[in-house]
Amino acid sequence: MSVVERVTAGFLPLLDSAVLVTAREKGFAASEGIELVLIRENSWASIRDRLAVGHFDVAHVLAPMPIAFNLGLAPLAARTVVPMALGLGGNAITVSLDLWRSMRERGASESFEPASTGAALHDVIEDRARGDGERLRFAVVHPHSGHNYELRYWLAACGINPDTDVNIVIVPPPLMADALTSGRIDGYCVGEPWNTAAIAKGGGRIATIKAAIWKSSPEKVLGVSAAWAELHPQTLSALLRAVYRAAQWCADTANREELSALLAQPAYIGAPAEWLLPALSGRIATGDGSVISAPDFFLTYAKAATFPWKSHALWFYSQMVRWGQVNPSRANDAIAHETYRPDLYRAALKSLGAALPTANSKVEGALTRETPVGSAGASLILGPDGFFDGRVFDPDKLADYLVAQTAAR
Amino acid sequence: MNSASALKILVIDDNRVRVSIIEAGLRDAGYDQVTLVNDVAGIARRIQELEPDVIIIDLENPNRDMLEDMFQLSRAVKRPIAMFVDRSDSASIEAAVDAGVSAYVVDGLRKERVKPILDMAISRFNAFSRMERELEEARSELENRKLIERAKGILMKSRGLSEDGAYALLRKTAMNQNRKIAEIAQSLITAAGLLGPGGEE
Repeated sequence: MSVVERVTAGFLPLLDSAVLVTAREKGFAASEGIELVLIRENSWASIRDRLAVGHFDVAHVLAPMPIAFNLGLAPLAARTVVPMALGLGGNAITVSLDLWRSMRERGASESFEPASTGAALHDVIEDRARGDGERLRFAVVHPHSGHNYELRYWLAACGINPDTDVNIVIVPPPLMADALTSGRIDGYCVGEPWNTAAIAKGGGRIATIKAAIWKSSPEKVLGVSAAWAELHPQTLSALLRAVYRAAQWCADTANREELSALLAQPAYIGAPAEWLLPALSGRIATGDGSVISAPDFFLTYAKAATFPWKSHALWFYSQMVRWGQVNPSRANDAIAHETYRPDLYRAALKSLGAALPTANSKVEGALTRETPVGSAGASLILGPDGFFDGRVFDPDKLADYLVAQTAAR
Repeated sequence: MNSASALKILVIDDNRVRVSIIEAGLRDAGYDQVTLVNDVAGIARRIQELEPDVIIIDLENPNRDMLEDMFQLSRAVKRPIAMFVDRSDSASIEAAVDAGVSAYVVDGLRKERVKPILDMAISRFNAFSRMERELEEARSELENRKLIERAKGILMKSRGLSEDGAYALLRKTAMNQNRKIAEIAQSLITAAGLLGPGGEE
C-alpha cells in the first residue's frame, strides 16, 4: 500500500486492549496501510471526552458505553458506532478473604459456580442484616459497564437487591486490589489483570467469573466516532481487518508468552507478565492456592468473539432500563439497536474469507453447548451462550423481557 | 449572588504546583472562594460540605469515573452537577480537553458566569504544560551536555585527542550516521562501560 492512513486510538491499561496493541505491535495495522497510534488513558471519562473532541478516531471502550453515549446518558459524548467487539469474557468478581470465609461457611462452591456462590452471598447478607447491618460494598469500574450489569444480574438472580441490599461504588481498575485489602470495599467486579493483582498480593478470592454468569458475553468493543467512520470508510475497513488478524494472533497459544510480555510493558498495561497469563491460558489462580481451569475465561477470536451482535447491544440496553438509567421507548430501543454495526464488520471482513455469522442478532441463551452454525466463509462454532439462571434473552421480545425483569426486582 | 467572587470553586488536582497556579489565577480574577483538593479520599463528604458551584479537575485524574457517577447519583451533592457542555461552544470544550482540564458545574449556572473560570483554568493548564516542557528540555539539555563531556573524556584518554579533537570526532560521527551528538556520546559511554576497566574512569 502506498498511502499510509493514521488512526488514533485511545485505550485503558487492561488485558482486553490486547488486540489493539497486537494490531500495532505485530504489524497487522501496518500491513493494512495504517499507522495505528495508541494513546493510554486513565479513565473512561477521558476516553469519552477525547473521542468527542476528535483526539481519538476510535477507542477501546466498555461495550455498553457507546449505547449510553447515543442515548444521551453521558456528558459530552459524540455519536459513536460499534463495528467490532474486542473479545468475550475476561472479568471476574473478587471478594475479600473475610467475605469468602463467610461464603464458604454457607456452602459457596469453590469452582466459580455463580448460583452457589450467589446463594452463599445472599445468606451472608441476610445474616449481616440481622446483625450490625453495615451493608457490603462492591465496586465496579463504571455505571455503564458489563461489570455493573453482570454483578447486578448475578446478585438479583440470587435474590439480592443490588440497590438496597448492598452498596455499589465506582473505583478505577488499578485501585481495586488496594481498596479490597484496605477494607474500603468487600468485593469488586473488574477485568484482568486486576483480579489476579489482588490474588498475587494475597488479599482476595475470586468468587465467580463473567464467563460463568453469562457465557460468551461481550466486554469491550471498538467504539468509533460516527463522524470519522462516515468520512473514512476504507480506513475503517482496513482497521477492522487488522484488528481481526490481531485477534487471531492473540488466540494462538504459541504466542501467549510473547503477548503477555508485550502487554506487560510500561507503555501498555505496565503490570508483571505473570499477572496476564491466567486469563490468557484460562488457568485461573483463585486466591486460596487452587487453580481452576476456565478455558473460555477470555476469548479474543473463537466463537465470533469480535462480532458486534445486536442482541448484545439490546441486552445492555435492557439492563440500563432495568436499573433505572434510561426510560424505555421506541426511539431508545432503535438507538440501542443501531449502535452496533455488524454491516460494517461484514463489509470489512468479506475479503478475508472470515467466518461470518449469517444473522446479526441471536437469542442469548439458546445455545447450551458448542454448536456449528451456518456462516459465510470459514466454519464457525458458537456457544454455549446462556445466563447462569437459565433465563433466555430474545431480542425480538425485548418488551416482555423488560417487564419480567422489572417484576423480578 | 451577582458578583464573581460569590461563586464557590473546587479544584481537584494531585499536582500541587499546578493547583496553586490555578488558585492564584482565580484569586487574581476576584474569585476568593476557592478550595483545593489534592486527594480524592473522602471527596464526597467534602463536596457535600462545600456545595461548590464549579468543580475543576485534571483530565488525567483516574478518579473521574467515580466522580461523575457521584454527580449522577447526586446523593453527595445537593444539586445535580453536569459537565460544562454547551454544544454551541465546542471550541471552548476542545480547548479544555486540549489543555487537559475538565469542569463540572451546578446545573442551571449560566454559561457566561462559568466561561471565565474555565478560560482561566485552560490558560493556566497550558502555561503549566509549557513550563513543564521547558523544564524537561532544560533537563535533557543538561543531561546531553554531561554525556558529551564524558564521551570527550573517554576519547581524549583512549585516543590521546585534544578536547577540541574529541568533540570534532563526535560531531563528525554524528553527521555521518545522521544522529544526534548526544546519542553518539551515549553509545560511546555504553561501549566503554562494556569494554570494562581502561575504557573510562
